[in-house]
Amino acid sequence: MNGFKILTIAAMVAAGFAAQGAKAQSIVKIDGSSTVFPVTEAVAEEFQKAKKGAVRVTVGVSGTGGGFKKFCRGEIDISGASRPILAKEMEECKAAGIKYIELPVAFDALTVVANPKNAFLKQITVEELKKIWEPAAQGKITKWNQVNPAWPDAPIKLFGPGADSGTFDYFTEAINGKSKASRGDFTASEDDNVLVQGVSRDVNAIGYFGYAYYAENQDKLKAVPVVEKAGKPAVLPSQDTVMKGTYQPLSRPIFIYVAVKSADRPEVKEFIEFYMKEGGALAKEVKYVPLNAADYKHSLEIFTKRRTGTAFGGVPEVGVEVAELLKREPKE
Amino acid sequence: MNTVVASNKDRDLAAIRSLIQKHKRWDAMFGILGIVCLMVGVLTLIALFADMISTGGQRLSWEFFTNFPSRRAGQAGILAAWVGSTLVMVVTAATAIPLGVAAGVYLEEYAPKNWVTDLIEINVTNLAGVPSIVYGLLGLGIFVYTFGLGHSILTAGLTLALLILPVVIVATREAIRAIPQMVREGAYACGATTWQTVRDHIVPYSSAGILTGVIIGLARAIGETAPLIVVGAVTFIAFLPPASGTGEPAAGVFDWLFADFTVLPIQMFNWTSRPDANFHANAAAAGLVLVLMTLAMNGLAIWLRYRMRKNIKW
Repeated sequence: MNGFKILTIAAMVAAGFAAQGAKAQSIVKIDGSSTVFPVTEAVAEEFQKAKKGAVRVTVGVSGTGGGFKKFCRGEIDISGASRPILAKEMEECKAAGIKYIELPVAFDALTVVANPKNAFLKQITVEELKKIWEPAAQGKITKWNQVNPAWPDAPIKLFGPGADSGTFDYFTEAINGKSKASRGDFTASEDDNVLVQGVSRDVNAIGYFGYAYYAENQDKLKAVPVVEKAGKPAVLPSQDTVMKGTYQPLSRPIFIYVAVKSADRPEVKEFIEFYMKEGGALAKEVKYVPLNAADYKHSLEIFTKRRTGTAFGGVPEVGVEVAELLKREPKE
Repeated sequence: MNTVVASNKDRDLAAIRSLIQKHKRWDAMFGILGIVCLMVGVLTLIALFADMISTGGQRLSWEFFTNFPSRRAGQAGILAAWVGSTLVMVVTAATAIPLGVAAGVYLEEYAPKNWVTDLIEINVTNLAGVPSIVYGLLGLGIFVYTFGLGHSILTAGLTLALLILPVVIVATREAIRAIPQMVREGAYACGATTWQTVRDHIVPYSSAGILTGVIIGLARAIGETAPLIVVGAVTFIAFLPPASGTGEPAAGVFDWLFADFTVLPIQMFNWTSRPDANFHANAAAAGLVLVLMTLAMNGLAIWLRYRMRKNIKW
């Protein structure tokens, strides 16, 4: 039984070495939102190529909340977030002595989609979206003509992300006025591809998810132009409308949070500089909407000057302009 | 049957024949039912496998195994993932096999039969049914925070070792129980101690059964995602754990244990959740690799079992 003996010895030696603990390595550790992941991944990939492997970057996907938990424990250098840091998370970070810099990196446009065979849905107002999705609609609004008399007497099939998703939080906040306030009787999935399949197979379906999932499936889906208020034009989500700020209220900035202590390390500093310079083009490549060039410049300045804290003060907002955000005096 | 026939002379041969016929029909029907049940499982597996080959087959290339993940589906590979999976499995096997076998041997050969042993037995059996995410939380609390092992390969391997430990223990015990009592009696009669009996007879004779249990356990562990995400496996990683003696300054023999990592199921999960359909093909290809790795482990087990059986001379 030599095999067993060797394995036993190996296990014992391993346990002995375990006590040494991990060595300090020059790794840029990033975690957080799955929405920010594609952008950060692209930046990390290019950054490592540019550095010829001298700097190492890891990117995890723990979700915005999970990312902040690790961030405020000091386990990671950068946390990706699809919503601004909340008051509770600010306190956690403060208690641990973690200071951070908040940097917007791109836009995600929540896209309202319908089946391409749907002929009557030319546009939809925020008011109508609210009628469909508000908690009071549960079990009551089941036909299209209940929302708008001009629409047919056909059942309405709803598809949306699950309640753990940041997309769900933002949509409910923007449309229903309160985060997480939504009807519950819709087909929910954490996997947006399931929602894509669902809407593409049902003529009477309507759903919402991140722009990238629409952009990759334009042959199977139709985006519905959204009217923010009466009197305003119906706007389709696109690079252009999101950057100009006319696609409202469903476009949102996504962020990274950098720990100040980590920012002093040269590899983290270089990574952020790279992110602010190349992030826009890479965001576009992975089907996100980049910020305006001036905003990236402004963000880099905020980083260089180490202006710590959040521009939101722990309360998420809907429809803020990035340029305006960056002008605010951040709070900790 | 004979007595029935003898005592009941009124019954003619035809009736008996029809009875036998009826029983044979039932027998055949049960056989068919069994085949149908078997086919449900086998055909599902074949369909799944065929689907993975048709979606991901053309992605399998040398580059797929030697490339790191990328935002471009065509260039993305599973190098970090398969190396991570393999190393985590090495740690898991190196921990779970000695611990599990020792625990199983103790429970069968040494433990006194009392209520404490019963309690332990019940707990071990129950542990096999605990959801894997619970082991993830346990690993996070013990290995990451209490022992300070970090979000490393070592933590992941130890966590999965805990996960499969009940499987290994139960399999070990089953295998030991299958050894005839006379083997032990013979050994003891010659004056062997319990340890000598265990070392020279019990463990070698039961090793084939133990191996089966270990492989079942490892096959479960290699497909786990949730506990590894909890203990901090990353999704994007474009470097390998340091091989000993390489790099500047040269890495130690055990440095790889503390490296960041990802595993195949996590890479697959990330790819399936992407909007770009090309990544779904990558996920299918990674799934194929995972299935093949499991098959390879099974193959190795069968081969080892065959060799071990040859060496046993009762």
